[in-house]
Amino acid sequence: MSDALEQSVQDAFNEPACATNRAKSAAERKKGCAKPLTPGAAAGGCAFDGAMITLQPIVDVAHLVHAPLACSGNSWDNRGSASSGPMLYKTGFTTDLTELDIVMGHGEKKLYRAIREIVERHAPPAVFVYATCVTSMIGDDIAAVCKAATEAFGTPAIPVDVPGYAGSKNLGCKLGGEMMFRHVIGTMEPERTTDTDINIIGDYNLSGELWQVKPLLDRLGIRILGSLSADARYRQVAQMHRARVTMLVCSHALIGLARKMEETYGIPFFEGSFYGISDTSEALRTMCRMLVERGAAPDLLDRCEALIAEEEARAWAALAPYRPRVAGKRVLLYTGGHKSWSVVSALQELGMEVVGTSVRKATETDKARVVEIMGTETHMYENMAPREMYQTLRDAKADILMSGARSQFVALKARVPWVDVNQEKHEPYAGYMGMVDLVRAIDRSVNNPMWEDVRRPAPWDEPRPFAGHRPRLQDRCPVSGFANDPKDFEDC
Amino acid sequence: MARLTRPRRALSTNPLKSSAPLGAALAYLGIEKSVPLFHGAQGCTAFAMVHLVRHFKEAIPLQTTAMNEVSTILGGAEQIEEAIANIRKRAHPKFIGIASTALTETRGEDIHGELAEIMARRKDFGPLKLAYASTPDFEGAMEDGWASAVQAVIDALVPEIDPAWRDADLRQVNLLPSACLTPAEVEEIVRMIRAFGLKPIVLPDLTASLDGHLAEDWSGASLGGTPLDAIPAMAKSAVTFAIGESMRGPAKLLAERGHMPVQVFPSLTGLKAVDAFVSALMGVAGVADAPPAIKRDRARLQDAMLDAHFQIGGLKYAIAADPDLAYALSSALAGMGAEAVSAVTTSAANPILELLPCGEVVLGDLGDLEEGARAGGATLLISHAHGRHAAAALGLPLVRAGFPVNDRLGAQDMCRTGYRGTRAFLFEVANAVLSHPHSPRPEEFGAAPISPEFEHDRPQTAPH
Repeated sequence: MSDALEQSVQDAFNEPACATNRAKSAAERKKGCAKPLTPGAAAGGCAFDGAMITLQPIVDVAHLVHAPLACSGNSWDNRGSASSGPMLYKTGFTTDLTELDIVMGHGEKKLYRAIREIVERHAPPAVFVYATCVTSMIGDDIAAVCKAATEAFGTPAIPVDVPGYAGSKNLGCKLGGEMMFRHVIGTMEPERTTDTDINIIGDYNLSGELWQVKPLLDRLGIRILGSLSADARYRQVAQMHRARVTMLVCSHALIGLARKMEETYGIPFFEGSFYGISDTSEALRTMCRMLVERGAAPDLLDRCEALIAEEEARAWAALAPYRPRVAGKRVLLYTGGHKSWSVVSALQELGMEVVGTSVRKATETDKARVVEIMGTETHMYENMAPREMYQTLRDAKADILMSGARSQFVALKARVPWVDVNQEKHEPYAGYMGMVDLVRAIDRSVNNPMWEDVRRPAPWDEPRPFAGHRPRLQDRCPVSGFANDPKDFEDC
Repeated sequence: MARLTRPRRALSTNPLKSSAPLGAALAYLGIEKSVPLFHGAQGCTAFAMVHLVRHFKEAIPLQTTAMNEVSTILGGAEQIEEAIANIRKRAHPKFIGIASTALTETRGEDIHGELAEIMARRKDFGPLKLAYASTPDFEGAMEDGWASAVQAVIDALVPEIDPAWRDADLRQVNLLPSACLTPAEVEEIVRMIRAFGLKPIVLPDLTASLDGHLAEDWSGASLGGTPLDAIPAMAKSAVTFAIGESMRGPAKLLAERGHMPVQVFPSLTGLKAVDAFVSALMGVAGVADAPPAIKRDRARLQDAMLDAHFQIGGLKYAIAADPDLAYALSSALAGMGAEAVSAVTTSAANPILELLPCGEVVLGDLGDLEEGARAGGATLLISHAHGRHAAAALGLPLVRAGFPVNDRLGAQDMCRTGYRGTRAFLFEVANAVLSHPHSPRPEEFGAAPISPEFEHDRPQTAPH
C-alpha cells in the first residue's frame, strides 16, 4: 500500500461522527473498523467494488477502470441505478491491461491514451479513473496521469485511488466519498442557490427509488442541489458545498464525508431513511426543520406536516387491502448492516411476524432495537451459514426470506419465497409508495400458487394403491356392463 | 371458472380462427402416404394450403374436388370420383382423407353413401383407404376439424374387436394428440411413454411427416405419419390416452372399438398436468418408480419454476388461441401466479373453456384480444403470428403459440409439453418479459425532471 493510500485508510477509520467509533478506546480506534477478512470464509466485495457502488451512479461521467480485465469485465453493467438522462455511466471503460503492459510498465501510458480516447469520443464532464490491485502494486501513479490528462485535454480526470486490496466494500464506499471530497466537491459554483437546497448522500436511485421520494420534495419546494450519487450529474457533486442541509441516507460508510462537509462548508447533516412509512415522515420532518433553522421560510414546517398526514393516510389506505393476504406470514430478515426498523414495524402493523433477523453487521444500538421489537434475543442470528439457513427455511420456520441476492438461492432451493431487499433489487421500495410496492411484492411472492406445486411430492414419491393401477374406464365396462370403477376395470 | 361470452356484433376484426377443414387436412397429413382432399371450390384449398406451407415451410400435398357452379348445383359425387382417380395417378397415395367445406355442406350431400357406391364400383382403386369428415367452415375451428378427421379415420379404419381376444398384457398404448400439439410436442410425449417401456401408436402422427426433414425423394403424398397397418391395430392397445379435451370424442370411439379404458388429459403443460400423465404411465406400465431421465426432467422443471416465478408471478397477460391450447398455456401460467386479463378463443364446442383461469372467455377475434389486453393492462400477449399487429399497437412482447406461426422459423420445433417443454415455455414467457426491460423514468413516479442547469453543456454520445 502506498503511503498516500495508507493515510487515506487511516483517516477513514478515524471517524469522530461515527457513534461506534466514538465508543472505542484509542487503541481500538487505530485498528480501524474493518473486520479482518478470513481466507476461505470471506464473501463480499472489495474496496474497489465499494468505490464503484458509491460513484458509478453519477450518470454523465465516464468511469474508467485501470486494470486487467476482471475488475471491470466481470462486474460492469450489473447495477440498477437509474438515470433520467445521460447513459454514459452504463458504458464499461477499462484499460484492459495485458501481460506485456504489466511487465513492460506500459500501464500509465495506456491509461493516458485511454483518457484521451474517452474525451475525444464522448466529451464527458469528467473521467473517473479507478485504481485496482494490480495497477497499484506495479506502482502506476494514477494521480499524476490524471493531473497530466486534465491539463492536456481540458476535462477533469479524477483519480479514485481505492484498489481492491485496501479493504472491504464498506471501506471502499468511504474512500470513494473521500475522493470526491478531495478532488470534486467545491470545484464548481451553482448558477443560483435557494434556501431550500439540499444534498442527498448515500442514495443510489436503484430502480428509481429517488423518484419515489422526489415528488414529496418537489411539493415542498425542496431542491436537490447535490447528490452522491442518485441520478447525479457531475455538476451536482462539484456544487455540493453550496447546499443548506445534507441528508445522509442509510449509510454509515459516507458519514465521514458528511462530517467533513459540515466542518469545511458549514452544512449540517442528519441521518435518515426513506424505507418505511414512519422513517420517511421522520426524514422529511428533520429535513424541513433543519432548513428552517438555516433560514428557510417557517411555513415549510406546516406544509411538511400537512404533506406527511396526507401521504401517510394514503399509504395506509393503499396497504389495507394487503393485510388479509399477508397477515400471519412469518418473515426472516437477513440483510447487511443497516436495518430499516420502520419497514419492520410497518410489516408488523400489517400482521406479519418477523421471526428472525441477522445482526452480523449490526451495532449495539441495532441489537437493542431487535430486542425492543421482537421481545427476545433468541431470534438474532450472527453470520448464518448457507446450510444452516437452508435448514431453517426447509423446516418451514419462515414463510418468506427478505434478503440480498446472495441468499436468494438458499431460499429458492429450500422452496421458500424470497424478496430482494438489497441493492441488486429490481423494484424500488422507497418512500410511502415504495412501502406499498414492497408489501405488494411480498404478497405476490408468498401467495404465488407455484410454491404449492413445487413442494408437491413427485408421482413416484406418492403412496400408490397398488403397482398396477390403471386409468379409469370411461362410463361402463363394455364387457361386464358394470359402472365405471377402477376395481371393476381390473375385472374386465 | 370462466364464463363464455359472444360479443353482440356483426363484424369480426382480425380473425383468430383457422377453419375446421384446415384442421382436418393437417390431421390427415399425419397418416402415412396420404393426401387430404377438400370437397369444395378450388380457392378453399389454395388458401388452406398456403397457410400450411407458410407455417411448416414444407410442400403440402392438399387437393381439391374443384367444385364449379354446375357441379355445386347438380351434386359433387362425380367430382370426388374424378379427384380420387387423378390423385391416385399423380401421387400414388395409400390413403385419401376427405374434408367437406362450407360450400358443399351448404348444399348438403350424402358423401358417405356416394363414397360407398364409388368404392364398390371402382375396383381399380384397390387397397386405397378413404375417410370422410364433415367439416363445414361455418362450424367450429381448427381443433374441431382435426378431431372430426381423427374420428373419421378411426371410424373408417379401426374394426371393433371381440373383447375376448384382448391381450391385457400388451404394452401398447394409443395416443391421440389434439391439433394444438406440434410435432416436437408429440415427440416429447412419445419419449415419455417409451421411457416407461410402453409402445405408443400415435394418431395422427405429424412427427414423421411435418417435423421438417429433407426427404431423399419427391413425394406427392405425406412424407410419413401413422402407418396404415398400425391404425387397425390400435383396437388391441391396453389404453387410449387423448391429449386435449377436443379429442375426447375420437378417444371414446376408439375405446368402443377396442373395449379399452380411456384417459383424457386436457393439457400436458405445467407440473401438475405432467405429474398426472406420468402417474398414469406408471399405472399402465405397472411400476412404482420412474426412469432417472424423467426424474431429472421434473427436478429441472421445479428449478425453472423457481427461477421464472419472479417474471411470471403477477404477470398480466392476454391470450388468444383454440380452446385446448388456451387451456394448456393459461393453466400452466396460472400455476405460476400469472393473471389472464383477457382470453379469446375460437370454438364454443370444447367444454374445457369453463376451466380457463379467467373470468370471461370471449368467442372472438384478435380485435377482442387487443381491446381486452389494453383494458386489462396486460404486459404480454400470447397468440399465433397474426397477434403481432396487436402487439405492435400495444407495444408489448408477443409469445407466438398456435397456428399459424408464419413469420418465424421452427414452429414445428416449439415444445411446451412434458416436464422439458413446460420448462422451455416458462423460460420463453419469462424471457419475453425480460426482452421488454422497463427503465424507470422520473415522470412515472410523478417526479419533476432534473434542472437543466446541472446538465453537462457539451453533447454526450453513448452507445445506449
